[in-house]
Amino acid sequence: MRTSRLRSVLWPASAALTSAGIVLAVGALMAPRAVAEGGAPFAVVTDKTVQTECGACHMAYPPGMLPTRSWQAIMGKLDDHFGENAALDAKTTKHITDYLIANAADAGGGSARRLRGVASDQTPLRITEMPWWIREHRGEVSPSAFKDPRVKSKANCVACHRGAAKGYFGDD
Amino acid sequence: MKLKSISIAVAAALVTASAGALADPARQAILDGYAAKAGTKPSPERGKAFFLAAHGGGKPETASCTSCHGQDPRSAGRTRAGKAIEPMAVSVMPGRFTDPAKVEKWFGRNCNTVLGRACTDAEKADFIAFMASQ
Ligand code: HEC
Ligand code: HEC
Ligand code: HEC
Repeated sequence: MRTSRLRSVLWPASAALTSAGIVLAVGALMAPRAVAEGGAPFAVVTDKTVQTECGACHMAYPPGMLPTRSWQAIMGKLDDHFGENAALDAKTTKHITDYLIANAADAGGGSARRLRGVASDQTPLRITEMPWWIREHRGEVSPSAFKDPRVKSKANCVACHRGAAKGYFGDD
Repeated sequence: MKLKSISIAVAAALVTASAGALADPARQAILDGYAAKAGTKPSPERGKAFFLAAHGGGKPETASCTSCHGQDPRSAGRTRAGKAIEPMAVSVMPGRFTDPAKVEKWFGRNCNTVLGRACTDAEKADFIAFMASQ
């Protein structure tokens, strides 16, 4: 069942990715299922400012994917944001920080389960470095899939998870 | 006869609408502001050369505006994280360069990333003039 879901999330890159030797071959023979049938969705960003400012270069990631300290660290150095300048004025920065913190994995609508495997003195800056993320993708996605030109980066969740903007990433 | 005059009227309306879009007062004000500070007349040709050039001084992986915006301003570009960027050409995206705060924010970020410095007022005026001509 996971594979059939995969086919639907990987559209329209499915053909290219299949030929690139990724897990899709079986799924391609099965009827695609609706993305919305997936499991518990992540709470999406509902704040307009966060959507605009943090959704310009990549999707506005659900705040429940990282702990408070990670959001604080990210928001504390936006002028050097993964090699890019994402700086904002102080007022906007504070507004966004408050929102992310209120909805972080260890707060608000988050799930402490997402912090499993992260030592309390560690501050991951990437969702894709979180143990839960690595677990979910290990064995499910071949490493070369992330380098496919249509995907380009692990951070491009939407390329594979068509329902990501609505908070749907899987079918658990 | 009736049909013909209607279609002429529609065509005329479309011409006015697109001319209106190109000369959006908000964008014109932004352009005029940069040109006045620079003391030069905006040049779409210089803007084009600036857009296409590979610059030094910034991040090697994004040496040109085209690294993210693509070679053709009328087509979509792509960020480093793989997200699509809507075209920069004003003919395709009439809302471009009409919000002064947005324009300044992105010049600030992207010039820094590409050139390792701020863009000059002349470069900003040329860039907008080029995109407005596209
Ligand atoms: C100017 C472009 C830009 C803006 C604006 C921006 N980011 Fe990013 N962000 C990036 C880039 C580039 C990466 C690295 C992507 C990659 O590795 O492929 C990134 C990565 C991230 C990651 C890590 C993704 C991963 O690999 O798990 C997080 C989290 C993040 N950004 C949060 C934010 C937040 C919060 C905001 C709003 C304050 C924001 N970003 C605004 C460009 C941007
Ligand atoms: C190259 C494709 C690809 C990219 C890019 C990708 N994923 Fe995934 N993801 C998968 C596959 C395949 C699975 C496992 C099958 C499934 O459950 O949908 C998966 C599973 C997941 C799951 C578990 C879903 C569940 O409930 O089973 C989550 C959550 C998730 N991904 C989040 C993300 C996030 C967040 C990003 C971006 C930071 C991302 N993924 C980027 C392909 C990808
Ligand atoms: C690292 C990727 C990247 C590079 C390189 C880049 N840009 Fe951008 N640019 C973006 C993104 C993302 C946006 C915002 C997306 C949007 O508005 O659709 C943007 C928006 C802009 C805007 C605002 C447009 C508006 O509607 O007001 C201007 C102006 C701009 N860029 C100029 C430049 C110039 C000049 C260069 C080269 C010196 C450049 N950019 C290089 C990613 C980039």
